[in-house]
Amino acid sequence: MAKGMFVDTTICIGCKACQVACKEWNGLPAEPSHFRKTSGMPYPVANNFTGDSYDNTGSLSATDWRHVRFIEQFDEQRSQRRWLFDSDSCKHCTDAGCLNACPTKAIIHTDMGNVIVQQDTCIGCKFCIPSCPYGVISFSEKTGTVHKCTLCNDRIHNGMGTACAKACPTDSIRFGDVEDLKARADARLVQLRSKGESRANIYGYTEAEGLNVFYLFVDHPLVYGQAENPVVPQRRLILSSIVTMLVALGIGVAALVKFRERLTGKPEEESHES
Amino acid sequence: MGSNMAECHPVAFRWPLKAKTEHDAVLIHVDPRFTRTSALCDMHVPIRAGSDIAFLGALINFVINSERWNSDPFFKEYVVNYTNAATLVNPEFKDTDELNGVFSGLSADGKAYSTASWAYQRNPAPQPAKGGIGPFSDMLLRQVPGRPKTDPTLQDPQSVFQVIKRHYARYTPELVERVCGCSQEMFLKVAGTLLDNSGREKTANITYAVGWTQHTVGVQIIRCAAMLQALLGNIGRPGGGVLALRGHATIQGSTDIATLYHSLPGYLNMPDGRKNHETLKDFILTEAGPLATSYWGNYPKFAVSYFKAQFGDAATAANNYGYDYHPKITGDHSHLPMMIDMAAGKIKGFFVMGQNPAVGGQNARFQRKALAKLDWMVVRDFFETETAAFWRNSPEIQSGELKTADIKTEIFFLPAAAVPEMEGSFTNTQRLLQQHEKAADPPKDARSDLWFSYHLGKRLKALYRDSTIVRDWAINNLAWNYDPEPAEVARWRIKDEPSAYKFLKEINGFTVSDNKPLASFANLKEDGSTACGAWIYTGVIPEEGKNNAARRKGDDWISPNWGFAWPANRHIMYNRASADINGKPWSERKKLIYWDPLADSGSRDPAGKPLLGKWVAPSGEGIDFQPTKAPTARGKDSALGFDWLSGNDAFIMRADGKAWLFAPSGLVDGPLPTHYEPYESPVENLVYKQQSNPVAKVWNIAGNPYHTVADPKYPIVVSTYRLTEHHLSGSMSRWLPWLAELMPELFCEISPELAAEKGIKNAGYVTIQTARGEIQARALVTRRMKPFIINGKVVHEIGLPWHWGWQGNAAGDVVNELSAMVADPNVSIHEGKVFTCNIQAGKKGGVI
Repeated sequence: MAKGMFVDTTICIGCKACQVACKEWNGLPAEPSHFRKTSGMPYPVANNFTGDSYDNTGSLSATDWRHVRFIEQFDEQRSQRRWLFDSDSCKHCTDAGCLNACPTKAIIHTDMGNVIVQQDTCIGCKFCIPSCPYGVISFSEKTGTVHKCTLCNDRIHNGMGTACAKACPTDSIRFGDVEDLKARADARLVQLRSKGESRANIYGYTEAEGLNVFYLFVDHPLVYGQAENPVVPQRRLILSSIVTMLVALGIGVAALVKFRERLTGKPEEESHES
Repeated sequence: MGSNMAECHPVAFRWPLKAKTEHDAVLIHVDPRFTRTSALCDMHVPIRAGSDIAFLGALINFVINSERWNSDPFFKEYVVNYTNAATLVNPEFKDTDELNGVFSGLSADGKAYSTASWAYQRNPAPQPAKGGIGPFSDMLLRQVPGRPKTDPTLQDPQSVFQVIKRHYARYTPELVERVCGCSQEMFLKVAGTLLDNSGREKTANITYAVGWTQHTVGVQIIRCAAMLQALLGNIGRPGGGVLALRGHATIQGSTDIATLYHSLPGYLNMPDGRKNHETLKDFILTEAGPLATSYWGNYPKFAVSYFKAQFGDAATAANNYGYDYHPKITGDHSHLPMMIDMAAGKIKGFFVMGQNPAVGGQNARFQRKALAKLDWMVVRDFFETETAAFWRNSPEIQSGELKTADIKTEIFFLPAAAVPEMEGSFTNTQRLLQQHEKAADPPKDARSDLWFSYHLGKRLKALYRDSTIVRDWAINNLAWNYDPEPAEVARWRIKDEPSAYKFLKEINGFTVSDNKPLASFANLKEDGSTACGAWIYTGVIPEEGKNNAARRKGDDWISPNWGFAWPANRHIMYNRASADINGKPWSERKKLIYWDPLADSGSRDPAGKPLLGKWVAPSGEGIDFQPTKAPTARGKDSALGFDWLSGNDAFIMRADGKAWLFAPSGLVDGPLPTHYEPYESPVENLVYKQQSNPVAKVWNIAGNPYHTVADPKYPIVVSTYRLTEHHLSGSMSRWLPWLAELMPELFCEISPELAAEKGIKNAGYVTIQTARGEIQARALVTRRMKPFIINGKVVHEIGLPWHWGWQGNAAGDVVNELSAMVADPNVSIHEGKVFTCNIQAGKKGGVI
């Protein structure tokens, strides 16, 4: 049965415990580019102040598999006042762009539906990077391979939940069977809508054929930095093939017409080509 | 209010969120800033920092004049029976209305109150009962005063209720708008919601933290909330109360087992050379006399048992159980006066364990310079904190103000073990003792705090062994029986770790003759036959080898079998108030404890028939009342403790058994919370002529200058606070790269309006100045901050998290360079939550 996570952003407090728990369990270092070594200081000192609310990474990366976004929605009069938090990670797509693009089959779905990068067969070609509609997967210069959230593959195959869900103090991140999580998400959605949250929506039911990690938002996905209608590139394959064929056909026909014009002896001077 | 719970208590915040998502609770956040907590609440109500009493006082005024409060009989029944609303106050009492903002009793120099005029009117003292309880109790019995006079109709002009009504009459929604900068509509919405959610069927809770304590009126703010809750019938009932969120893990424990200078374990007072504490009898009479008609009537048992625990066999009736040799305090030795004494060269040595005053101390520069006056200092911590390193690289060394070669302080820096490396217990906010097991040996020379204190004690005792000087009696006879237990240390590398169990057992108490643990503090004696380190913890080890703090059986409500809630596993204090005057639950929904008239009380009448009737709690909750005292029983006039209290005296720790709306004693700055401006404020007090708390602790000394009222040089209000990502002064977080990168640099939260005025750009640098110091920070320009309109004028506020120092993986200026040493007069807590400053764009020294 597919395992996944339900992220109820409406009870996320933006504490970043998930970010730390992820790094701790997965042995990921603090992002080296966040620190500077200055003369006279015995330690490298962090200098990654972003000025973007309480965001400390700005994005996911090879060492930041989780990223909490802070979205401040205030108008000048403070009549609208909202601070949204969203703990983002790999969505573990059922139809995963990164997996489809991987030429060595290093990226696979496990029996639990999570998408993982097998480090020993990743060749660092980076084809997967533009194939992810969410900007999740990242290349590490240090290892020469790509990295991303594994849904704590080792934990979940040993009867435990993900580290981030375990650390979350408000159960905003829940790990479990996707079907159970959907039931919970549906109930919460009904509750929020009945309280007047008309924009409440689940992100991940229909997006890109369904995501095993899905989110409860109270505003448009774009507000949370998520693609509104994400499409895995390979899904465009048939359409783009047809378009390519049509274009090729068109060019061929045009060339033929031109060629016939030449044969029929129309004057060359009309051409603007030199 | 006064708490950023989601930020600072994220684990506990799961419960308000559960109430919101599962039970449709309404969460309201009243706070100057829009914080992580505000983000999760249904309503955020911004008020100017330091205007809390104006807001709370207006809530009181709203509630007691509302139609619902005056028509729903619930409120009258609760207030008349369970609070001191009906009690009559001394006719000589004069309120702030008459005296320009101060109370009667203020001394001629205006610096201290005499509380005599705040007292109750009383009936004549009763004929003393025969006694025969014990030497100390009999003494207390002889001085029991007459019962307070009351008017249950609440109409007498001297009744507490009428006094309150007059006192808060001027606290109107209009005043809230002018003083707090919060719209009347918003205020009324809060007031209405609070009232609608209080009563028989519903209760409302108020939660606060250091956002309320760190004021020169901190205690009075909290009292104001307690009064409001008492008036709303929200105390002693499930879902009600005033919840104090403590500063960090087991801070509750550190006040229970007193690390405070003025307190002995279990909230007994420290013997004090300034009071009539000459003998043990004097001590008990002075401290317990005014409280003897409450459960504190057992003070002699608690005190004698404490001294027995302290001095063991050496404590005898002949030597007053060692009281004569026990140390006494001679003055205010709280943190700020201690540092001031240190700066004056009066203190030679200093132990710093789990503290970092070089960063966390108010007016930090002053405090660091005080450290340089010591002969020696011991710092025990995980990392070389700023306090441990001040002598070689503090800002004063960098600037040349101090030279390392001139600092005579000898520093001993010792590595400390972390929590998972030791056994022990936490007592957190909810008074719940929870045992934690040792998971690993600490690395190398790192040792637990228990190890350090135990071995230090042993070595000191060895050094004093041969002394015959009287003052050394105490250390020579100090009971120090915590030797390592082979079974406890068998699996660990460190074999000389003292037994945490033995400490807890001594705290719990035991019978001296057979060394058996006591199951209840009701078994304590005043004749030296029991020893008990802290009476409130009795029952945590009810029998040998059983540790209730280690219990881990939860349920979906009270969870009586999870850990141990002091006292006696009572999770909701004063829970007698959860039932009406006849002992029936106020409602089925809010049922907690109630009187069962048919239950077997366990005792028999002279004819041998079982006596019926007792208090019961199906949830397993501990009963915070005399278990067999009928709800309608009348207390005896000449008696102590439970015998004096009547069946409706739910507030058993108060001398009159009532929740105090008016405090006739116990506070040094007035019987009623009153709006005073912070010591440093950009505005004049709009409520009274008196500007600030007249008796606030103020230290006009060199190096601690203050700003004047509406000081043109320092027009901006600043609050200091904490973030989820860091721990206090950063001593447990700034050396961990994982945490350092989460909140890397010191920043200052500024409204776009102020930023525009000052030419400050988001993520650029700003410099903040006070008369104490100057710091630089990154600017975080955000509409979560807002300017306030106070009495028609714009008042800007900025916010500064204070986690940074010059050491560690996350470094930044020390915010406490800015703050002043000024404090609440009751508890000596500083005013870090509000003072004034100036701000400008660019780094220190004018570099943009």
